[in-house]
Amino acid sequence: MTAALSRTARHLISIPVVSVMLIGSALAATPAPAGATSCSGCHPPNARVGTPVPQLVGQPASQIVAAMTAFRAGARPATVMDRIAKGFSEAETQAIADWYAAQK
Amino acid sequence: MRRTVSRRTILKTALTAGAASLAMRAPAISQGAGGRVVVVGGGFGGASCARALKQANPALSVTLVEAESTYTACPFSNAVVSGLRNLRAQQFDYSAVQAGGVSVVMSAATAVDASGKSVALANGARLPYDRLVLSPGIDMRWDSLQGYSEAVADIMPHAWKAGPQTMLLRRQLEAMPDGGLVLISAPANPFRCPPGPYERASLIAYYLKSNKPNSKILILDGKDNFSKQSLFEAAWKELYPGMIEWVPLSKGGKVTAIDTSSQTLITDFARHKGAVTNIIPAQKAGRIADIAGVGDRTGWCPIDPVTFESKLVPNIHVIGDASIAGAMPKSAFSANAQAKVCAAAIVALLAGEKPAAPLLINTCYSMVAPDYAISVAGVYQPANGLLTEFRGSGGVSRANAPRSERSLEAAYAEGWFRTITNEVFGS
Ligand SMILES: Cc1cc2nc3c(=O)[nH]c(=O)nc-3n(C[C@H](O)[C@H](O)[C@H](O)COP(=O)(O)OP(=O)(O)OC[C@H]3O[C@@H](n4cnc5c(N)ncnc54)[C@H](O)[C@@H]3O)c2cc1C
Repeated sequence: MTAALSRTARHLISIPVVSVMLIGSALAATPAPAGATSCSGCHPPNARVGTPVPQLVGQPASQIVAAMTAFRAGARPATVMDRIAKGFSEAETQAIADWYAAQK
Repeated sequence: MRRTVSRRTILKTALTAGAASLAMRAPAISQGAGGRVVVVGGGFGGASCARALKQANPALSVTLVEAESTYTACPFSNAVVSGLRNLRAQQFDYSAVQAGGVSVVMSAATAVDASGKSVALANGARLPYDRLVLSPGIDMRWDSLQGYSEAVADIMPHAWKAGPQTMLLRRQLEAMPDGGLVLISAPANPFRCPPGPYERASLIAYYLKSNKPNSKILILDGKDNFSKQSLFEAAWKELYPGMIEWVPLSKGGKVTAIDTSSQTLITDFARHKGAVTNIIPAQKAGRIADIAGVGDRTGWCPIDPVTFESKLVPNIHVIGDASIAGAMPKSAFSANAQAKVCAAAIVALLAGEKPAAPLLINTCYSMVAPDYAISVAGVYQPANGLLTEFRGSGGVSRANAPRSERSLEAAYAEGWFRTITNEVFGS
């Protein structure tokens, strides 16, 4: 059930991303899925910002999803991400990961 | 419960957004008819919102109205108070915001005509809007304590808006002889930065420990518990034993009056005379909120949790400290997260679309010492007209964690400040 939903979400989310890329950068940015825009409070847009927090922009979606899954399960050492990951379902996480993976 | 709803929302959002970006937005943009948004207040909320609006839809005309040419950030200003940091490190200008296509007007907003949809500025200009965003931060309630006034803050600083007040408190601490008593009066909830007074006490203790080791800090509190309390208390015991005493409301902590001539704080039970006195008074939304009619009897602004539109006046959105954001604390992180959700909602509303239900995060770090930080985090969703915390997530740093974890959090805290100020003000 969960897996099916997240696959559907991934498929649907990829539609607007592709459309925007085809049409060009003059078009408005793809609306972010729920929760996505909060992340950039801590996660930097590029390597020029001096922070030990990893960049999400341009990361493979599978890597973001795997990290969040491990944080949620307590399987990856964390200071704050374990607490935050528990607030997002698998489908929500997948949508956010796809959105960040599509940014450059 | 939420999960079913939000999954459905995401799918619907993806579908409508995909269709909309092709069918509806493109023609509107090519005609240059994006709409006019005015944002009042260029702090963590307002500057973030103005930038996010312009990024989401470059065809929008976005004007940011800010009274001061230099913004002085409060987060990490407690490190300035205790001599660990330069005030310059807190200061930002609006050149990069302007360069990104936001029109920045340096003037105070003085009046709002909600039916005619325009804002009047101190410089005489009148700005028409389709949507207005207010992020004015806080004003002090000068009338909340007998004997208190704006003039008293020149003697007993609040340092709850960063800038000259921050430096005044720092100089007073530097001038204080060893053995002096530092008084901190903390307000009842809600107020800007709930863990802030206790972070301040911690960093002042850090300064005193190495410079004036016979001095003490007394916190007089208008409430019976505070943010990250057990973590702060454990850290105080470990790092500053015997230096910080906290008096809760139920033990007579509430300051009710001030005797300025003798520098004395008066509670129902006692009089306390400090060598340095930091009064953090009760607060309310910045004055323009009242002028615009979006503040209620509490002094704060009720909003719709999906769009941040005022529940009292249509087409005016309120974000940041001024808003009643339910369970979200009044923090720079919250203001920035709300700003981006509000911007997306405004872009959708102006395009005739239905804004999607958001999720928001808050993460607030408190420094207890330069290499020792603790945090609180939460994930929030709209429910019953408010932003509520999603249970099962969030919470504070682990109790009894090793020092290496506290020092990692300190590094993340500094990284957070650089990242968020880069997003709000950077190029
Ligand atoms: C000591 C201290 C430590 C803190 N530490 C943290 C922390 O570690 N992490 C965290 O997340 N938060 C922290 N905060 C809280 C944070 O500073 C606030 O929550 C945040 O600034 C709120 O943003 P805002 O946009 O609502 O208001 P502000 O940032 O105050 O911005 C309001 C802006 O509006 C302008 N303005 C007001 N009225 C008008 C008008 N009529 N016309 C034009 N301009 C106007 C003001 O000049 C100001 O620039 C701390 C606060 C304090 C006091």
